[in-house]
Amino acid sequence: MTATASTSSNLIHGATGDWEIVIGMEIHAQVTSKSKLFSGAATAFGAEPNSQVSLVDAAMPGMLPVINEACVAQAVRTGLGLKAQINERSVFDRKNYFYPDLPQGYQISQYKHPIVGAGEVVVDLTPSESFTVGIERLHLEQDAGKSIHDQSPTMSFVDLNRSGVALMEIVSKPDMRSADEAKAYVTKLRTILRYLGTCDGDMEKGSLRADVNVSVRRPGEPLGTRCEIKNVNSIRFIGQAVDTEARRQIGILEDGGQIDQETRLFDPGKGETRSMRSKEEAHDYRYFPDPDLLPLELKPDFITDIAASLPELPDAKKARFIADYGLSPYDASVLVAERDLADYYEAAVKVHPGNRDAKLVANWITGDIAAYANTQGLSVHETHIRPEQVADLVDLISDKTISGKIAKDIVLLLIGDEKTSLPREIVEKHGLKQVTDTGAIEAAVDAIMAANPEKVAQARAKPTMLGWFVGQVMKSTGGKANPQAVNDLLKAKLGV
Amino acid sequence: MSVDQATVRRIATLARIAVSEDEVPHLQGELNAILAFVAELDEVDVSGVEPMTSVTPMALPLRADVVTAGGIAEAVLRNAPMSEDGYFVVPKVIE
Repeated sequence: MTATASTSSNLIHGATGDWEIVIGMEIHAQVTSKSKLFSGAATAFGAEPNSQVSLVDAAMPGMLPVINEACVAQAVRTGLGLKAQINERSVFDRKNYFYPDLPQGYQISQYKHPIVGAGEVVVDLTPSESFTVGIERLHLEQDAGKSIHDQSPTMSFVDLNRSGVALMEIVSKPDMRSADEAKAYVTKLRTILRYLGTCDGDMEKGSLRADVNVSVRRPGEPLGTRCEIKNVNSIRFIGQAVDTEARRQIGILEDGGQIDQETRLFDPGKGETRSMRSKEEAHDYRYFPDPDLLPLELKPDFITDIAASLPELPDAKKARFIADYGLSPYDASVLVAERDLADYYEAAVKVHPGNRDAKLVANWITGDIAAYANTQGLSVHETHIRPEQVADLVDLISDKTISGKIAKDIVLLLIGDEKTSLPREIVEKHGLKQVTDTGAIEAAVDAIMAANPEKVAQARAKPTMLGWFVGQVMKSTGGKANPQAVNDLLKAKLGV
Repeated sequence: MSVDQATVRRIATLARIAVSEDEVPHLQGELNAILAFVAELDEVDVSGVEPMTSVTPMALPLRADVVTAGGIAEAVLRNAPMSEDGYFVVPKVIE
């Protein structure tokens, strides 16, 4: 594995020379919790409008915020997962702005003293190539409500269910240099959050949203003026937004223009970014410490207890899978991308422990079984196929009871009529045991050769014809002959 | 520290308070009087002094992650000038 800073291979060739894209990101990750950051209202997605709103969330006069300890723990857990500095003392501030989905008129956030400081994420570009993105900080803040604009031509509809739900804003350093790197960073960050159980990472439901900061510069020059593309809600759109915005900026600069620092929106339909706010309306957030909340002081025990309960994270798991199970970096990265898949794999390796071929287990899970899960729109662990069944299948292949070809047929039966059976039982019931008896295979080989004298002559002249004979013999034995034995016998008899 | 008339107008805009042109000079005078009064505190040297957040030593109270509120959409909407189907209805806002 090579861990390097991003390289210059990502340069864009403009009309007047090369350009480098510089990207930093602010990710808003919804904290997994039952109730909100400062109120006891529920956080569940999809409830009736305004049914999960307390008097605190509605900003009724006199209501006071009380912080949810579990949300604090989730932020600390995430910080530890990002190998970041945890600040034992942090402060909540009011970020003031006026919008109908923000009934308080301010968002409670953290400004100068966030709960988590600098950390890092190792991002995989390919299974064997990675780079590091620095994390500048992570802070806790309230989400806003939701405005719906398409219900009426003149009015907006406001639902405050999301108002006050805890968010972690994770701010990266400007360490990415291409759309692919930006996408890989978000993908990796989402995997880590899911492993930690601190955010479900569901971008469709808005649990993870990205503000993408893009600027361009000549290689080696200081940073250019950046634009912030707000609220991009899919990984694919993040890539498109970066490319679109970089092209726009390069176009302006090559024409001798200047970039205005501003907030923009990405419109995937039109494939463009456009300005969101004019300069006159530039926000003035007037941050100040929230007088309703004392500073948040964490006891060292609180942090060490969370540290002790952290799960194995994807990088460590991948390294262990390669070391312990002899997996290729590619297979290991596929398996660790989702914690549930990695757990499924290990369950299949470990059921009735023996000398199971762990590489073969990986091949079957990432091959035929993943393909089936895909057709069902499920993850492997959500299918009815149990790890014991995969383990049994692999054992049958390893001890040569069945060939790989028969194993594929057994997977089809596991998907179809034999959903709950062990492969061993299916072999028994359907008589699929591989024929390793040389006498029986020899008889089949002789019969095929006798029936096709002209092909025998051809094969002696052109040994690549061997494959045709192997196919015929397999067919005549119903696929049960050991392919290696067939191959060896044919070679001997044809003298090739 | 004192504010000019442009700042008065800007503060009014940020606070969403309608201030007519002829009110501006008066408000400027009032704001500057308040700031001058508070400015007396500048005479105290507080370098190296941590801001005091509480008179008695107190820690931020924490609550358990339990759903204890909600289900009162009607009460929440009661003061709204307009509502429909459980939503607040406001003049169209699109950035």
